[in-house]
Amino acid sequence: MSDIETARIAQNPRFKELVHERTRFGWTLTILMLLVYFGFIGLIAFDKSLLALKIGSATTSLGLILGVAVIVFAFILTGIYVQRANGRFDELTAALKRDLGR
Amino acid sequence: MIRSAHPIALGTTLAVILAGAAYAAGPDIGAVTKAQTNWPAIGMFAFFVLFTLGITYKAAKGTKSASDFYAAGGGISAGTNSLAIAGDYMSAASFLGISGLVYTSGFDGLIYSTGFLVGWPIVLFLIAERLRNLGKFTFADVASFRLDQTSIRIISAVGTLVVVAFYLIAQMVGAGKLIQLLFGLEYLYAVVIVGVLMIVYVAFGGMKATTWVQVIKACLLLGGATFMAGAVLYRYGFNPEALFSAAVATHPKGDAIMAPGGLVSNPIEAISLGVGLMFGTAGLPHILMRFFTVSDAQAARKSVFYATGLIGYFYILTFIIGFGGIALLMSDPAYFKLDPAGAFDKLKGMVGGTNMVAVNLANAVGGPYFLGFISAVAFATILAVVAGLTLAGASAVSHDLYASVIARGRTNEASEVRLSKISAVVIGIVAIYLGYVFENQNVAFMVGLAFSVAASCNFPILTMSILWRGTTTWGALIGGFVGLFAAVGMVILSKAVWVTTFGNPVAIFPYDNPALFSMPLAFFTIYVVSKLDNTARAKRERALFDQQFVRSETGIGASGAHAH
Repeated sequence: MSDIETARIAQNPRFKELVHERTRFGWTLTILMLLVYFGFIGLIAFDKSLLALKIGSATTSLGLILGVAVIVFAFILTGIYVQRANGRFDELTAALKRDLGR
Repeated sequence: MIRSAHPIALGTTLAVILAGAAYAAGPDIGAVTKAQTNWPAIGMFAFFVLFTLGITYKAAKGTKSASDFYAAGGGISAGTNSLAIAGDYMSAASFLGISGLVYTSGFDGLIYSTGFLVGWPIVLFLIAERLRNLGKFTFADVASFRLDQTSIRIISAVGTLVVVAFYLIAQMVGAGKLIQLLFGLEYLYAVVIVGVLMIVYVAFGGMKATTWVQVIKACLLLGGATFMAGAVLYRYGFNPEALFSAAVATHPKGDAIMAPGGLVSNPIEAISLGVGLMFGTAGLPHILMRFFTVSDAQAARKSVFYATGLIGYFYILTFIIGFGGIALLMSDPAYFKLDPAGAFDKLKGMVGGTNMVAVNLANAVGGPYFLGFISAVAFATILAVVAGLTLAGASAVSHDLYASVIARGRTNEASEVRLSKISAVVIGIVAIYLGYVFENQNVAFMVGLAFSVAASCNFPILTMSILWRGTTTWGALIGGFVGLFAAVGMVILSKAVWVTTFGNPVAIFPYDNPALFSMPLAFFTIYVVSKLDNTARAKRERALFDQQFVRSETGIGASGAHAH
C-alpha cells in the first residue's frame, strides 16, 4: 500500500468515523472492565469485611455474589462489543471499502 | 510402588497457577501407595488417545502449507475455536487446582477464576481486531509490522519460548505426579507418554490436530464437570444456599470460607496478582495464535464471546465442585489419611492431597467408573494443553527465528513447515528431559512466572507497537527485555525461589507476584527509550505508523493468513 493510498484512506470521512467510534467504544468498555475487576480486587485488598457481609439471614456472602457478578459482567460486556462490531463496525468497514472501490 | 516424593510435589502443578504462595504448605503425597493400577481410567484414556490419533492422522493428510500448519488453514469455525480457547484455559491446574483451593479456602478460589476470565474482554476490545488485520500466524508478525524484523522477532520469540518453557515444565511435572496417583504408572513413563503424544499431535497434525484434541477434551471436561456439579446440587435440592450452609457447617474455618481469607496477605499482593492474571492472559502466545485459525474477523469475535461464556461457566462449576467437596467429603474418613487414633486433618489430610478433591468427589457422586472418567479427562487435559504450548513454541522457532531472522525470508513454506515439525520434536524431547529433571523440584511458581512474563514482555510489546505511533524498535526491544528480566528476576528473589528453593532465610523481593512492578516498568522503558531514539530508522518507523494504522483498523492491504 503506497503512502498516497494510505493518506487517501486516512482522509476518508467513513474511515475517520469508523476509527473514532470503535476506538471510543473499545476504550469505554475496557475502562468499565478494569473498574469492575480492580474494584473487586480493591475490596479484597482493602475491605475484606464488606465482602463478608451476609445477604439477609443467608449463608451466601456479598463477596460471593460480587465474584460471580464479575464473571457474568465480563461475559455480557464481550457480548455487547461483539454485537456492535459484527453489526455497526462491519457495516462501516464495508461501506468504506465500497467507497474505495475495493 | 512407593516413591519418596517431595512434599510439595503434587500441589505443584495442579495448583501451579496458584503461583506457589497458596500451596507453599502443599499436601503430602505419601498417599501414592493408593495408586493401584486403575484400569477403567487407563481404558478410557487409551480410547481418548486412539481417537485423537485418528484425528491427527486425518489432519496430517490435509496439512500441507504453512497456513495449514500454524493456523489450521483458517478453517476452524467460531464455535469450535471458542471450545479450543476455553480448552486452553481449562488446564488440569484450573480444574483440580481451583477446586482444591475452594475446598481449603472457599471464597479465595474466586480471585483466580475472575482474574483469568477478565483478561478476555480486554483482548477483544483492544487487540483481537488489530491482531487479525496485521498478522498471519504469530503475535511477532504484528509487532514487527513496521519495526525491525530481526530485533522484534528475536524478542518476541524469546518471550514466547520463556513463557512456553515455564508453563511446559510445570505441566510435565504435574502430569507425571498426577498420573502416578491416578493411574498407578511410574513418573517417568507418564512424562514420556505425555511428551511422545504431544510430539505426534503437533508434528503430524499441526494446528488442526492440536485444536481438535483441545476441543474434544474441552467437551469431555465440561460434560464431566457439569455432571459433577449437577450431582452435588441435586443432593441439596438445587439450592446453592443449602450447599453453602452445609459447607460452612462442616469446614473447620466455618463461616470464614465465605469471605476473602489468607490467600492474598496484603493489598499490593492482591493487586499485583490481579494485574498478572489479567494482562498475562492477554499475552499468552498459544492463545493469541488462536485468532488466526478462524476464517474472518466476525468469527474471531464470536469465538471470544462464546469462550468467555464457556470459561466463566466452567469456573462457576469448579466453585460448586469445591464446595461440594467440603460438604460431601470432609466428614467422610474414607477420603482421608487417618492417624492411629482414627482422626484426620480435614484440610491437609486428603488422600492424594488437596488437589484430589475433584477426583475424590467424582468417586463420591458417580462411583468408580466416573472416577476413572474424570481421571482420564484430567490426563487428556494436560496432554491438550502441552500440545498447544508446543505448537506455539515451534512456531516461534520456525516462523519467527528461522524464517525471518536466520534465513531472512530466503526460505520457502515447505522448509519452514519442516523446521516447525523438527522444532516440535525437539521441544517435546526437551520437555520430557526437563520434566524428568524437575521431578522433585518445587515448580509451583512456574505458571505464575509464565503469566508474569507474558504480562511484562509480550503484552507491552504487542500493545505499544499497535497502539502508539512513537514506538520504535529500540524501545520495544529494550523494554521487552527489561520486562522479561524484571519478571524473572523478581520471582527469583521472591519467597517461592529465594527461600523455598535456594534456602535463603529472607526473600529480597517481598511479593510473590511481580506483575504490578515489572509490567509498568516494561511500558515505561518502551516509552522512554522510544522517545530518546532519534535514529533514522526510528523516524522511518514512526512514519510507517499511518500505514499500519489504516491496515489495523480496516484490514485493507492484508493478504490474510488464508483466502477470505
